[in-house]
Amino acid sequence: MTGITLALSKGRIFEETLPLLAAAGIVPAENPESSRKLIIGTNRPEVNLVIVRATDTPTYVEYGAADIGIAGKDVLLEHGGSGLYQPLDLNIARCRMSVAVRADFDYQAAVQRGARIRVATKYIKTAREHFAAKGMHVDLIKLYGSMELAPLVGLADAIVDLVSTGGTLRANNLLEVEEIMQISSRLVVNQAALKLKRELLQPVIEAFAGAITP
Amino acid sequence: MALPRWALPEYFEDVLPVAAQRMERLRRRLLDEFRLHGYQFVIPPSVEYLDALVSGTGHDMDESTYKLVDRISGRTLGLRADLTPQVTRIDAHLLNRKGVTRLCYCGAVVHTMPRNTTSSREPIQIGAELYGHEGIEADVEILRLLSRSLQLAGATTSRIDLGHMGLFRALTAYAGLDSAAEEVLYGILQTKDVPALREFVAGRPQIVADALMPLPGLYGGAEVLVRAMSELPDVPGVRAAIDELLHLVKHLGDLPLSFDLADLRGYHYHTGVVFAAYSGTSPAAVALGGRYNEVGKAFGRARPATGFSMDLRDLLALSGETEPVGGAILAPIPTDAALAAAIDAQRAADEIVLLELPGHQGSWREAGCDRQLVLRDGAWRVVLLEE
Repeated sequence: MTGITLALSKGRIFEETLPLLAAAGIVPAENPESSRKLIIGTNRPEVNLVIVRATDTPTYVEYGAADIGIAGKDVLLEHGGSGLYQPLDLNIARCRMSVAVRADFDYQAAVQRGARIRVATKYIKTAREHFAAKGMHVDLIKLYGSMELAPLVGLADAIVDLVSTGGTLRANNLLEVEEIMQISSRLVVNQAALKLKRELLQPVIEAFAGAITP
Repeated sequence: MALPRWALPEYFEDVLPVAAQRMERLRRRLLDEFRLHGYQFVIPPSVEYLDALVSGTGHDMDESTYKLVDRISGRTLGLRADLTPQVTRIDAHLLNRKGVTRLCYCGAVVHTMPRNTTSSREPIQIGAELYGHEGIEADVEILRLLSRSLQLAGATTSRIDLGHMGLFRALTAYAGLDSAAEEVLYGILQTKDVPALREFVAGRPQIVADALMPLPGLYGGAEVLVRAMSELPDVPGVRAAIDELLHLVKHLGDLPLSFDLADLRGYHYHTGVVFAAYSGTSPAAVALGGRYNEVGKAFGRARPATGFSMDLRDLLALSGETEPVGGAILAPIPTDAALAAAIDAQRAADEIVLLELPGHQGSWREAGCDRQLVLRDGAWRVVLLEE
């Protein structure tokens, strides 16, 4: 009950969270890009930041290792979100989750034919649900990076991945054929922490809510 | 790679000597306390027909129950994942009393998957249930007993968070939602997913937004109930639910109560006041409970019902109490009546006496001894262990 811990990932989420933190009167004591520390203090003694990998944020918050965190919707969908409150869409780190194929692959024809296609992705759960909802048969191949390579070398017919500008897809001669959903980062809160540390957390949540740029 | 033969499946554990002793002591302490409040102890079987185990409790219970096939009847059996439906069956069908029935229980249940990040797949469920009283006084009694139980377990009760399922049901009826929409809404409210809720109400009549949008923000101290009265539509069901919660504030003012009107845990079977108790730094609730007036219907008799249950493993982790290690007395194997009498006398005084088996290789200290019985000046006396 002494303080609160906020889980953040380095890079885009950290950069775009800084203005929100400032609105809540929180200034990190160090920049995680230059510091190797994983626990970073702030100007407020009762607030600490922990720097985690983006996909781990929901796990840290679920276990109560952090009270609140900022995680992309993509990561939350894969995690399942159990044990977490997700009260705010922070509207940062925006992109979309899409299906992309090689430019010479006729995706619509494959869908209509009811063909079974191979899909490479990091987002197994999201992809499974998306194709199940469309009534499509797919074999999912879990990859951890460089998704765009899979269709080019014949490992998969399609990929499901995050797209922000589409530059990587174009550079690799891939075509975005279907948008699955818009993605942005969410504030996640440990359920027990919201009950036990409400007096500390509520002002932070409200400050974040007030600082969201539409 | 094959696991060694002594390995246990994930999320199962042994309770080893010192902890097991503490757990057993806690179990007795709680059951004794329940008895003093008139709760009668029952022991249902760990296996019964699946229909009975999962009836009236919804899909979640079915998913967490292990199934097996009965070689006698050919029917599907379930390994219980929750004792409450069993105790409800006992009240509804076997005891069949007209008036108030108070029952308590303790036993292991098995979950196909751990309920939350810190639980085992085999919680040792202990709890108390009160049947046959519709009034809020029964909820007050149960909440008092819950608080007392946590106190006996040596766990600080940091928050008892209250909600009311009647309020949610009144709001969905007012908003005219069907059961499919209600199911979606349930998922949204359980995570306080405000953006998803905004999407849910968009395109529906304005009264839906009026009824639902305030809900995720309605958590906090007793002031939440005052806010709820002005923010939520004034329909009888909502008013009645808030009145019940206000009654609890009045009669349980000494407990650390908080409120969350969007908490729908157990929405598939709960009907009225629901609660979750939090203690210390535990990342999940340590006790859960509430009203479930309809569950008995599946056993032929819907009865007003409320109660709570806890996991002894969780409670043990929370209590700061530690068992002193050692403390036993080592005695030679008795060959004469005087020694036998000395040993009996020590045991009668609640001392642990271990017999010194011949050819012992290890340390008696490791076996828990710190004293020994020796013959001095013609009498058997207890002295410090010398090794």
